[in-house]
Amino acid sequence: MSQVIETGKAFEFTAENVEKAKKFIARYPEGRQQSAVMPLLDLAQRQNENWLSKEALEYVGTFLDVPYMRVLEVATFYTMYNLKPVGKYFLQLCRTTPCWLRGSDDLEAVCKNKLGITNGETTEDGMFSLLEVECLGACVNAPIVQINDDFYEDLNAENFEAVLDKLASGDVPPKGPQIDRVNSAPEGGPTTLLEKTEGA
Amino acid sequence: MLKDQDRIFTNLYGIHDWKLAGAKSRGVWDNTKALIEMGQDGIIDAMKESGLRGRGGAGFPTGLKWSFMPKESDGRPSYLVVNADESEPGTCKDREIMRFDPHRLLEGCLVAGFAMRAVAAYIYIRGEFVQEAINLEIAIQEAYDDGLIGKNASGSGYDFDIYLHRGAGAYICGEETALIESLEGNKGQPRLKPPFPANVGVWGCPSTVNNVESIAVAPEILRRGEGWFSGLGRPNNTGTKLFCISGHVNKPCNVEEEMGIPLKELIEKHAGGVRGGWDNLLAIIPGGSSVPLLPKSICDDILMDFDSLRDAQSGLGTAAVIVMDKSTDVIRAIERLSHFYKHESCGQCTPCREGTGWMWRVMQRLVSGDAEVEEIDMLINVSKRIEGHTICALGDAAAWPIQGLVRHFRPVIEERIKSRKASKAA
Repeated sequence: MSQVIETGKAFEFTAENVEKAKKFIARYPEGRQQSAVMPLLDLAQRQNENWLSKEALEYVGTFLDVPYMRVLEVATFYTMYNLKPVGKYFLQLCRTTPCWLRGSDDLEAVCKNKLGITNGETTEDGMFSLLEVECLGACVNAPIVQINDDFYEDLNAENFEAVLDKLASGDVPPKGPQIDRVNSAPEGGPTTLLEKTEGA
Repeated sequence: MLKDQDRIFTNLYGIHDWKLAGAKSRGVWDNTKALIEMGQDGIIDAMKESGLRGRGGAGFPTGLKWSFMPKESDGRPSYLVVNADESEPGTCKDREIMRFDPHRLLEGCLVAGFAMRAVAAYIYIRGEFVQEAINLEIAIQEAYDDGLIGKNASGSGYDFDIYLHRGAGAYICGEETALIESLEGNKGQPRLKPPFPANVGVWGCPSTVNNVESIAVAPEILRRGEGWFSGLGRPNNTGTKLFCISGHVNKPCNVEEEMGIPLKELIEKHAGGVRGGWDNLLAIIPGGSSVPLLPKSICDDILMDFDSLRDAQSGLGTAAVIVMDKSTDVIRAIERLSHFYKHESCGQCTPCREGTGWMWRVMQRLVSGDAEVEEIDMLINVSKRIEGHTICALGDAAAWPIQGLVRHFRPVIEERIKSRKASKAA
């Protein structure tokens, strides 16, 4: 079973990313450049349409003077490294208990009925990929879908469809809560921090 | 209810400026030099007196943990490592600190790092928190530019660096030795202890791993005095705490409250009450997915702190309160958690790698009812063979929710099996 895809196309960092990579390496003590494997894989993935080819993994290993096998181990252990191409909008739908209690099943149904995709699939036009993930860590704003880098929170079937419609038409809707509330404060307004405090 | 003046996280909801100017106006970085002048022993003693227990789940006394670091270097540098890999289902408090009050965390890094004679802090943030990482990077740069960290940090004469390291999607990296492995650029697989990180941690150097909230509250404890903090809550369960209230409540939210607040009061005052009213409550997971759930009868008068919840055979954990009303299929709610642990097992120890998958498959059959009643005991038996038989606590964390389910909802499981049999026979 091959876990990685060889594209036959060489990969190398852009000049700008070479500079960024050097800054990452400088964060760790001398001789500990292997610590930079994770930030460099992330950098490579961002340069490579959100996925990592075999060539990209090999390049990161060479860049850091770390054996390819060590890079492969990391790339296959952590779930955020995509080892195959994904759609322009990568939907990561949380299904862990706090999101499930608040209707993540409905969001899964939207993906199936509206986009025609289930877990691990990409739409034919390459616009959307769906991955069902475990807890994203924004549970009081459940249910949540992470779209590329951003969290879309307090979703239901209706407002999730609206988000997808906007993306399909080329707009990027505002991230965060999709209902009328401020971040993780209770809907309708905070119950605390109401007194005029220093700096408020 | 906790008074606003006793709240530490005054920008919890991101209403105010999170950058340096805003943070300073809220009292962050206010004469940090004076805190450092308390000296290493002075800071550690004050933290011990404050009664602060680690906010990442285990509740280990923070001051005591800091005191384990070597007082004399044998040539190796010491490091503070901040665990910002917030991934325990139900928990979303460190996220708010990092995106809306990052300077509170950075000031804490300096004070804690100084107390344990560390040369630098590495903040390990979960990969999915992209915006939070961006805010932290900006805050770190602001702190360097203002002389608050770096050479002669805050004019204290102490040199201290802070670096950010982003994870890439692995719950196990919230375990301190797995986090250290990951920081070294490896798979996040936990290490056997001993040696403990305070002796051999990241890159073989003395290290202490602390949760974001534990570090972020430290400067305020020192500034206001350990007596202020220890005067809140109950003995051995002191201070304020960020609670995350999710699930079937009318208004899910994060809130900072006093330790030991009654669970019912917490939910009714801040989260708008249980959906359909308190009597519509089925069960609550009081401290993140790893702690056993509590049926309504216990929720009625339980206090939210370490000792009270331990006495009820559960735990405060991360203080993430997951509420389930009577419409919930409680077996499926726990099955979802079993899937989580199966997905997140690092694969190193056989009981966990094989056992989490096995338990999840049985849990799936308990959801549908396609099982035998005897299998409930078998499931508990297997869970006990995982619990305590692995390098890290993920095996325990996978076992406890199932044990809690059977302890409190066994008749529901049996009923489902019987009615499934009846419908098959019909």
